Amino acid sequence: MAGNAQEGRTSRIGNVLIRAAITLSMVATLNFVLFRVIPGDPAALLLGGARMSVSAERIEAQRQNWGLDRPLFPDQILDYLSATLHGDLGYSFKFRGRLVSDLIWERLPATIALVGLAQLIAMLCGVMLGLYAGWRRGGAVDRIAMGASLALYSTPSFWLAMVLVVIFSTALGWFPGYGIYSPGASIGSTDKILDYLRHLALPVAAVALGLIGQYVVVARAAMSDVVTEDYMVTARAKGLTNGQMLMRHAFRNAMLPLVTLITLNLGYVVAGAITVEAVFAWPGIGGLTVEALNARDYPVLQGIFLLLGVSIVAANLLADLAYGILDPRIRQ
Amino acid sequence: MTNLSQDKASLLEVDGLSVEYRLKGVSLRAIDRVSFALQAGEAVGLVGESGSGKTTTAMAIAGLLSPNARVSGGQVRYRGNLLPIDNDAAMRPHRWTETSVVFQGAMNALNPVHRIIKQIAEPCILKLGMSRAEATARARELLELVGIPTDRGTAYPHELSGGMRQRVMIAMALACRPSIIIGDEPTTALDVITQAQILKLLGKLRSQLNLALILITHDLSVVAESCDRVMIMYAGRIVEDGTVAEIFAKPKHPYTRLLIESIPNPASGIRIIRPIPGDPPNLMNRPSGCAFHPRCPSATGVCTTEVPSLEKFGWGRVACHLHRSSQEGRVAVHA
Repeated sequence: MAGNAQEGRTSRIGNVLIRAAITLSMVATLNFVLFRVIPGDPAALLLGGARMSVSAERIEAQRQNWGLDRPLFPDQILDYLSATLHGDLGYSFKFRGRLVSDLIWERLPATIALVGLAQLIAMLCGVMLGLYAGWRRGGAVDRIAMGASLALYSTPSFWLAMVLVVIFSTALGWFPGYGIYSPGASIGSTDKILDYLRHLALPVAAVALGLIGQYVVVARAAMSDVVTEDYMVTARAKGLTNGQMLMRHAFRNAMLPLVTLITLNLGYVVAGAITVEAVFAWPGIGGLTVEALNARDYPVLQGIFLLLGVSIVAANLLADLAYGILDPRIRQ
Repeated sequence: MTNLSQDKASLLEVDGLSVEYRLKGVSLRAIDRVSFALQAGEAVGLVGESGSGKTTTAMAIAGLLSPNARVSGGQVRYRGNLLPIDNDAAMRPHRWTETSVVFQGAMNALNPVHRIIKQIAEPCILKLGMSRAEATARARELLELVGIPTDRGTAYPHELSGGMRQRVMIAMALACRPSIIIGDEPTTALDVITQAQILKLLGKLRSQLNLALILITHDLSVVAESCDRVMIMYAGRIVEDGTVAEIFAKPKHPYTRLLIESIPNPASGIRIIRPIPGDPPNLMNRPSGCAFHPRCPSATGVCTTEVPSLEKFGWGRVACHLHRSSQEGRVAVHA
């Protein structure tokens, strides 16, 4: 029996990996196609911009140089896939001569700090609050948490960000309203970290408040389903205290639907928070996306999309595996 | 049989127990002045249609009423001590150590994410203060007792058949050596063969461990196989109480009689199932007098106006105007 279970688990993980690989190749292909169907010729755009003062011959020569004269399929796509596999995402149009991978790499830490921290806070607070609300359904905590969650859930986070700036930065002056470091701040490393955290506070709050609602709603629903299950009656009949019933029987079952939500959301950490980053002039991936969009910087956009695709697929993979560990019914 | 509720030697005494449910502001009386006594080692079947109050009675005894239920009258004594059945926290020490419940294990009564041995061992750790190793050893013992190979202890509920899960449920119920087991339709979701095996197992364990059993079922044949005594419930009241032999041979209450006649009995040569006419009573709008009178073929004028009390009759008890002790002469006419 144990051997079979082991075998079943291995083959399940194998299946999950194969599916992830197929999805990734489709993401890469779509990513290629998407930017080829967008109107606008890169060579013309890059050399002349809107003024078109460069001769048609120069543009044609450049097209040949970049291989844009060759057929999209199979030549260009194979070039693209092979370069992508080698980690070459090409050069930015806007930041001339800079590698797309370098640009993304530079912006990634700020985004991971912002969205990662916000996700972590929203997750911990939201899940705990939601589980408790579901456990004591109809109680005061439940009613307040649900009301607040629905309000936050339906509030655009950039608006929330602006409200936070008005209150905590402009009016109260507790936190800086934009940027990542104060200009001309002292160089001391402790001060620098503190300065960074002070700048991080409002953007993190804005993103976390926007995210917390869905965790509360989903966690509450999961817990209220569990509470009505027959095995909870069994636990009560066994003479367990409420705390024991919650921790030993309800918690893990209620976490099952949440694990999927949590891991999938982890995939979006690298995407950044476009609107909030814009409000706070936060130099993350979201900001880079906006800059690249304005400049029609297709290689950068392509790179960001690929990063997002890869991280979503990876998050899905993680969700599949985590679910298998938590729920014995999935393991076979 | 003497009046059992007065018997000091009873393991469990239920006296005038009434339970009401609050539903959308309306109060609904699910059981009404239910009284009976249970002796150590005795097996009693609690039989009735859906909504007759059998489950409410059993859950009230175990102190497992749902939050919208309220004990509106009566009391329950266990070994002479009053049970705080309407106080969830105060009932906790009593649960599983004195009274345990065998739910429909074939359904979802076992936690899907824990191994069965852990679920059996859990009350030993939490209620009896055993160490993990002691509790696991005890759980193995119990698995063996209910006929499950001990190496299946590491299985999860979904890896077992319905019958096996029911055995696990029984093993779990025995964990803290209770003296009363409540079987809440323990064989309902099982096929006939497995049902017979489970009933046989329950019977064997009962005599082996001197357990008292309250078996809730709507299936009289289950009761015939595994109980000493049977109580018939209708619209929240006990309408008849007697030994299995007596009730099957000479049912007093017309409802009991019709219930028994509705069982197909291949041996008797009667092939037609005779359903009881009419619909189960609406508890929101309980019929006046005897709740069964609209469906009763022998109902008389007094049945529509006066609620018959549950009175001693012969060796058992019956709540029917046709069977007043003083009117025994009329019995012959209707029996």
